[in-house]
Amino acid sequence: MFDVALSALGQVMTGGHLVFLVLGVCVGLIVGILPGLGGIAGMSILLPFLYGMDPVSALGMLIGMVAVIPTGDTFTSVMMGIPGSSASQATVLDGFPMAKRGEAARALSAAFTSSLLGGLIGALVLSFAIILARPLVLSFSSAELFMLTIFGLSMVAVLSGRSLTKGIAAAGIGLVIGIIGTAPATGEARMTFGIDYLYDGVPLVVVAMGLFAIPEIIDLLKRGTAISETTAIGGGWGKGVRDVLRHPWLVARCASLGCVIGALPGLGGAVVDWIAYSHVVQTSRDKSQFGKGDVRGVIAPESANNACQGGALIPTLLFGVPGSGSMAVFLGGMVLLGIQPGVTMVETQLDVTYTIIWSLALANVVGAGLCVLLARPVARLTQVPFVYLAPFMVMIAMFAAFQASRSMADLVALIVMGVVGIYMRRFGWPRPALLIGFVLAPGAENYLYQAVQFYDWGWIMRPGVIIIALITIVSVFLGLRFGAEISSEGASDAADQQTRGRQMAFAGLFFAVSLYCLFEATQLTFLGMVFPLTVGVLAAASAAAVLLRIRKGRVAEIHDDDASATLSGKSSGREAYLAIFAGLVALIWVIGFVPAMAVFFPAFLILAGKSRPLPAVLMTVGAVGFISLITWAMSLRLPEGLIGQLF
Amino acid sequence: MKLSITSTLGSLLLGASAMLAVPAALQAQDFAGETIEWTIPFGVGGGTDVWARFFAPQLSEALPGKPTVVVLNVPGGGSISGANQFAQRASDDGLSILGTSASTQYPAILGDPRVRYDYAEWTAILASPTGGVVYIDPKYGVTGPADIEKLRAEQIRFASQGATALEMPVLLAMKMMGLNIKAVFGMESRGAGRLAFERGEAGIDFQTSSAYLSSVKPLVEGGKAVPLFSMGVVDAEGNVTRDPSFPDLPTFVEFFEQATGAKPDGEAFEAWKALMLAGYSLQKMVVVPKDAPAEVVAAYGTAAQSIIDKPDFRQRAGEEIGVYEQLVGDKADAALKEALTIDPAIREFLTNWLAEDYNVRM
Repeated sequence: MFDVALSALGQVMTGGHLVFLVLGVCVGLIVGILPGLGGIAGMSILLPFLYGMDPVSALGMLIGMVAVIPTGDTFTSVMMGIPGSSASQATVLDGFPMAKRGEAARALSAAFTSSLLGGLIGALVLSFAIILARPLVLSFSSAELFMLTIFGLSMVAVLSGRSLTKGIAAAGIGLVIGIIGTAPATGEARMTFGIDYLYDGVPLVVVAMGLFAIPEIIDLLKRGTAISETTAIGGGWGKGVRDVLRHPWLVARCASLGCVIGALPGLGGAVVDWIAYSHVVQTSRDKSQFGKGDVRGVIAPESANNACQGGALIPTLLFGVPGSGSMAVFLGGMVLLGIQPGVTMVETQLDVTYTIIWSLALANVVGAGLCVLLARPVARLTQVPFVYLAPFMVMIAMFAAFQASRSMADLVALIVMGVVGIYMRRFGWPRPALLIGFVLAPGAENYLYQAVQFYDWGWIMRPGVIIIALITIVSVFLGLRFGAEISSEGASDAADQQTRGRQMAFAGLFFAVSLYCLFEATQLTFLGMVFPLTVGVLAAASAAAVLLRIRKGRVAEIHDDDASATLSGKSSGREAYLAIFAGLVALIWVIGFVPAMAVFFPAFLILAGKSRPLPAVLMTVGAVGFISLITWAMSLRLPEGLIGQLF
Repeated sequence: MKLSITSTLGSLLLGASAMLAVPAALQAQDFAGETIEWTIPFGVGGGTDVWARFFAPQLSEALPGKPTVVVLNVPGGGSISGANQFAQRASDDGLSILGTSASTQYPAILGDPRVRYDYAEWTAILASPTGGVVYIDPKYGVTGPADIEKLRAEQIRFASQGATALEMPVLLAMKMMGLNIKAVFGMESRGAGRLAFERGEAGIDFQTSSAYLSSVKPLVEGGKAVPLFSMGVVDAEGNVTRDPSFPDLPTFVEFFEQATGAKPDGEAFEAWKALMLAGYSLQKMVVVPKDAPAEVVAAYGTAAQSIIDKPDFRQRAGEEIGVYEQLVGDKADAALKEALTIDPAIREFLTNWLAEDYNVRM
């Protein structure tokens, strides 16, 4: 084993291989930094070159691209408060407050150092585990995977802020939204209202962008300053590196956690960052700063999500079953190179396997290195008045959302989720809880259904299930005891008791949606009904509880950060900005993406930003040129508009 | 080309590009400087995507004028969304082509209400067949057709993607033999189904040829799986012959005959053959809109022929494409017409069966 590993290392270090690996890393960083694009977009750039390439170099290029996506996506999570990909959702919780505090460079360098170490630990674990991992992967059946989704859901207990009831209700709504689409068990359509777009469910990118990007953009516009509240660059990157080095065991624990969870096919990146985050919260003595910019809240998810890619290679290589979305892409690339994954990867093709593992480690080093170099200049963006950044972010968010299924409906759904996000923020509903529910809904339903079909109700007594259940209970207990301080939704307003009517109206909306879910559930066959019914009951009951508590005036549930403004009859401007964005979507629908942006950019910069015409025009040309270049280079598409379709 | 210009340079160029597109269509048999957009209604990295990316550079090389061939993935709705979009938007100048698979064909045959495409509107240029093998857990003690009673005696679980997915003829074959199969739906891929088999959750499983050769053969050699039969190769006349990838395995028809003492017949068998024809004999296809000029169709046919005639085609194709004879040009199109014209009685049989056994309503 060791001689094979060493000779593979020699091969990886040769010049030609390194060049392709760095090329892959660069592509991976670009698609990682752009929200909404992941391994799939990166793959479409690289695949045309694969044909006829020497397999070792080609594998290096592919793995280089895949490995650094969770490194690059940290930029958007920290700088903009937008989850760059599902693997960096939890990084937003502490990373973005740090950027607001003027510590973007510190947060970024801490994230990249953790990513680097996490990736290396992942590769190290992988090089031993790959030989022994077969039984581990096979021991996780649908029943254990279902329990793991429940474990993932239990993270809500940590992330609910002041009100657990609201957290559960938000997660319930997330689950309800996750149900939209075709039932895995029976193929029945649920809550689709006969709209074709909804048959595949709402795409994750659209939900994440709507919940996080739109409200953050609007809030920053409302505040009218730069992202950073101070003008200091703050600490710089050396401080971030030292932060990580002070917590070596945290990095090691989260990386191992990430590696193991990544190895389980079907769960992968979606939960690993949340699990790592709640782990650090539960094991830290001083919890007061979590959610407000504690660097440990950045270190934990970032160490875990890079290690997760290493873990995800295990089922991909050993079973030909991809452990995550980008691994599915990597698998396709392998097949195209004529390498068939399977048992042979550790028997006759161990050299290829080690080439992949070493390339993974190397890619993490190169990727993190490049990002650290970028961190300081990029962090300066937090000093720019936000009104100049906003149109870029709106453009990127809409571009990303549209890539989800290349339908105008993506943009409509983005605005709808944006409305939900804005009011969740205003009324203090934990958005991460909704996102967790949404992300885990399909897995929870599918694995529960499979477990019951394979084992009847005997699945509950499987040892693995019982162990995970115990861990979940402990985690919920710790979360309830210590999680109360963590809020992702900012502070309330002093007058919040007086706008209870509005708060109840919003809670009532959640209640109504849950009731509709229950109604739809009763129209289905038994197998299609079980999960929506369960989820609907949970969501309706918790929403009703929130309603009652707001009515009673309980402090924990009352939250309205716009209360004073509303009472004095002023609008905070949220609705106005939202209307502008909705208008932009309508404009895109009519005249197409690029022309609409060419109108929106100068108009916004001049009217809202008080910019002079020449800089406005230059910025417009730059932005439209950039997005066109990306679209062309990755053979993506942009909305053509009704007018475009006429020709 | 036209699409990318409009989205790149904005509305001012719309008129100009529309004018440019006209001469391009007139002399389309020479594709010099053109970009061909190959819509794949599946995600990147899946079987059909890999198949398309194997052919794309060769097609680019073999077509007159060496155009650029770009693969455009439009996943969703189990390939219905992408095929719908192609039906709605494709240009008929040969610059838009579509790659389809069994899961594009089956909903069309069954009359799924979401389907807004019609195979009669398309001309096939290339068709790649595949086959597959049904295998079982050794714990049942079944080694061949003689053990049919042992096979029927127990309820056996089968992990499947869905009743109308690629496994549809497999489910029908099992039903015809009177097996007590409990299908567990919702697998994300055939690979996930194989994982369930390896865990011992499922007792019987099916894999297409390439996956069987790479992932199941080692299990068979290790005594962890017993092959029962191959699906066989069904031709347009309804003859079923042994699969060239598995010459030693009996076909489903042989297995059925030896197990029950009678040849399979009746509506169920006709339906099974129809499904095999549409989903396996022509599993993956390249099509252009029917209105494409004859020169364009001929140019594609010649290009496809020259690709598969290359002496090293078999070797490069590897296990993924397999040893099956690729159908090209008129032959592919004739097979498509045959396969997608389904007897209404058979369609009714299939929809009734799906409704009764699996509660699937069209």
